[in-house]
Amino acid sequence: MSHHTTEDVWKALAQVQDPEIPVLSLVDLNVVREVTVDGSSVNVRLVPTFAGCPAMEAMRRDVERRLAEMGFGDVSVQVDRTAAWSTENLSREAADKLRTFGIAPPPRKADSLQETLSKPVPCPFCQSLDTHPDGEFGSTLCKQYYLCNSCRQSFERFKPL
Amino acid sequence: MSDSALISYLTALADDELILGHRDSEWTGYAPILEEDIAFSNIAQDEIGHALALYTLAQELGGKNPDAMAFERPWKDFSCCRFVTYPKGDFAYTVVRQYLYDEAELVRMQSHAGSSFGPLRDLSEKILAEEAYHLMHSKGLVERLGNATGESHRRMQAAVDTAFPQALGLFEPVHDAKKLIDDGVVRPDSELMDAWLKSVVPTLESAGLRPPVRVNGASYDLSCKPEYGGRTGNHAEYLRQIVADLQQVYKMAPGGSW
Repeated sequence: MSHHTTEDVWKALAQVQDPEIPVLSLVDLNVVREVTVDGSSVNVRLVPTFAGCPAMEAMRRDVERRLAEMGFGDVSVQVDRTAAWSTENLSREAADKLRTFGIAPPPRKADSLQETLSKPVPCPFCQSLDTHPDGEFGSTLCKQYYLCNSCRQSFERFKPL
Repeated sequence: MSDSALISYLTALADDELILGHRDSEWTGYAPILEEDIAFSNIAQDEIGHALALYTLAQELGGKNPDAMAFERPWKDFSCCRFVTYPKGDFAYTVVRQYLYDEAELVRMQSHAGSSFGPLRDLSEKILAEEAYHLMHSKGLVERLGNATGESHRRMQAAVDTAFPQALGLFEPVHDAKKLIDDGVVRPDSELMDAWLKSVVPTLESAGLRPPVRVNGASYDLSCKPEYGGRTGNHAEYLRQIVADLQQVYKMAPGGSW
């Protein structure tokens, strides 16, 4: 019999890492959207970042495993493929964690996408604003390649969405 | 609201996404430059992700599960337009096809903003955010390659000549489309096609390319015959080949898991 509260579940899921960007938890990423606890039953709703994110199955399994470890007898994890996900919901802590990992975070306040993309992106290594995108895509769906003209380092930026 | 008409509609859109996504994935490891290899591999994943989300919506209305739709259906039961089924061709054809498709997807997803079916409104908003990157990519390539060297211009024009009539098949109405229009779920395909022409024709022309249309006042008349048939299952043989490819592994161990 589990005696965990909803808050306990949120805390536990804040320790479950994103498989592709392990400095972020699924709570940091705003992928965990809803938690409902009823005695030994728990229900969690996940929202993928990009609809085609191939890490979604791994995330769902990791969440299920963590909830089972907590002692819940009845674990239900749903992937909501319809709900929108936006980088506006990333926390300031998440942005700092991305930067230390070498990924330029998306801007906090999204204007129109065109406006956002026309703003300079600081290099996460040398902070120079003299950087430019190298295409619209990257090593995962949620990132895009950039080059820093100052330190010549290539880096990735979390795509504003 | 007619659930069976809505399932047909969502399935047709999902089939377009799934098949084009697989065609895009055929560039993985083969694209002319690394950036494009990465781009088309990303786009493939995005489009197949949209297919999954659309099949899931159809399933919630009583349709089959997404794996059954993708991996168990006979190729003749797919309702994708013929446009997305053709081989990837040269890179010019791939770029022109992707551009014409991206603009059509933008117009269609935007038209869902006023849909009476809430989940379609929400999903379209999610898809539109991702599609913005696809369009920046494909439109940028059309503008650069259309006006680049004589060779690239020649190939791009040939691609437009081939792809344009095929692309009009994206606007072939699905079975029972009228019910969905009457229920306020979707807008008529003719309306979407007009909006699409107003986006793609000026872009192609600014890239030095000639689409098969004539100006008629504020709109355009087609001077080519749209290639229909896909929505009613009248497919080219190419679909048989690509469906066999994408179902091959699944059929070795149906229902298997690891």
